[in-house]
Amino acid sequence: MQQIINFLIRNKHSLLFLLLLFVSIIFTIQSHSYHKSKFVSSTNFISGRIYRWQHSVSDYFNLKSENKRLLEENERLHNIVSAMGVDSISATYVDTTFAKPFSYTKARILKNDYSKIDNYILINKGEKDSIFPDMGIITDKGIIGIVENTSKNYSRVISILNSNSRINAGLKKSNQYGSLIWNGKDPNIVQLETVPRQAILKEGDTIITHGRSTIFPRGIGIGTILNYKLDQNKSYYLIDVKLFNDMTDIGFVYAIKNNNAEEIKSLENLDL
Amino acid sequence: MNRDTLIHIGRFIILILVQVLVLNHINFLGDLNPYIYIIFILLAPININKSLFLLISFILGLIIDIFGDSGGVHAAACLIIAFFRPVALRTVFGLSYEFQTVKLSNIAFGEKLAYVTLMVLTHHIVLFSLEIFNFSHILLIAKKTLFSSLFTIVITTLVLILFRRSDS
Repeated sequence: MQQIINFLIRNKHSLLFLLLLFVSIIFTIQSHSYHKSKFVSSTNFISGRIYRWQHSVSDYFNLKSENKRLLEENERLHNIVSAMGVDSISATYVDTTFAKPFSYTKARILKNDYSKIDNYILINKGEKDSIFPDMGIITDKGIIGIVENTSKNYSRVISILNSNSRINAGLKKSNQYGSLIWNGKDPNIVQLETVPRQAILKEGDTIITHGRSTIFPRGIGIGTILNYKLDQNKSYYLIDVKLFNDMTDIGFVYAIKNNNAEEIKSLENLDL
Repeated sequence: MNRDTLIHIGRFIILILVQVLVLNHINFLGDLNPYIYIIFILLAPININKSLFLLISFILGLIIDIFGDSGGVHAAACLIIAFFRPVALRTVFGLSYEFQTVKLSNIAFGEKLAYVTLMVLTHHIVLFSLEIFNFSHILLIAKKTLFSSLFTIVITTLVLILFRRSDS
C-alpha cells in the first residue's frame, strides 16, 4: 500500500497528464460522432454572449450586402405571389387557424466556420424561441444545415460542410436521390453520392431537397451540378454540386419547423 | 498575488479573446488560421508548479475548443506541448536551462525562433491529426500542419518581439 501511494506521489505529474489527455481524447472522439458532442459547445452562456457582442459590432459592415439580398428575396416572392394571380399582397387573407405544414423562424448567424473538416454554425435563437434539435436551417437561396444542439438562447447548427452531415437530396427533374456529403476541400462545392446510374444527368442541373425526411420540405434549393462521374463499381454517380449559397458569407437564416413531424414519426414507428 | 501573476492572468484572457474574436476568422488563402494563444504556454514561468501548469494549459485549450466547437483537439494539443516544454527548453537552451538562468522575455533571436518553431510544430501536428482524425487524409494533415505552422511561427515571433517587456 505504502509503495502504491509512493508511486502515485512520485509520478503525479505524468498521471495528471495521462488523465487530462484521456479526457481530451474522449471529447475529440465525441466531436467526431453525430449528436454526441453536447458538453464542448459554444451554445453556453459566456461564449454565446461574447459572440453576440462581437456580432453587434461586425453587423454594420454587412448591412449593404444583406439589404441587397433581402430586396432580391422580396422581388422573388412578389413575383411568385403575382404569378398566383393575386394583385396585391394586402388583398390576400391568411388563415392562421388552419394548420400549416411548415413554419419558419428567422435567426442570425453569430459564428460561421468553413475552414475545418467538421464545421458548426452558431445562431442567436434557442429553446426560448422554440428552436429544437433536428430542425432544418435554410437561407433564401438554399440549405445551410440542421440544428444539432440548443441552449436557452443559442443553437448550434451542424453545417452541410461537416463530415458527419448526411442530407437527403435529389434531382429537380426526376425522383432519383442520394445523400449529400462534403469532402472537406472547397467550402462552396459539396458531393452528392449514391445517385443510381439510371439517372440522366447534365452539368448545370438543379439539385433540391426531396422531402424524404421530416427536416426539410420538398423543393428547397441546394445547388447545380458542376461535374459527375460513376463510382468504381459503375453503379452509382458521384456528383460535385456547386452550392447556391456562398457558405463563407451568410448573414440571416430561417429555421424550419415541421408541424407534422411527430405524426409522421409515430406512423413510421408503427411497423417496428 | 504579485505583479507577475497578474500579468500572466491578463495575458491568458487577452490571448483567448484575440484568438476567438479575430484570429479564428482570418482564413488566409481559404483555410489558414494562426493559433497564437499558445504564447501563454511559451511564456509561462520556468519554475512553475508542473501539475498547475498542465491543468492551466488544459483549461486554455478547452476554452478555445468551446468557442470553436472543436471537441477536445486544442485541449489535447496544449496539454502535450505543456508536458513536453521542459524537453524543448533543454534542447534549445541546454545548460542555461539546467541552471535556471534563462529569462524567456530576454533571449537571442535565434534561440527564440528555435524554441517557437519546436513548440508550434508539435502543437500543430497533434492539433490537425486529432481535428481531421482520419489516416486516409494524411496528406491533408501534413499540408495543413506545414502551412499553418509557418503562419503561426511568423505571427508568434513578431508578437514576441513587438510586445517584449522592456524592464527585464
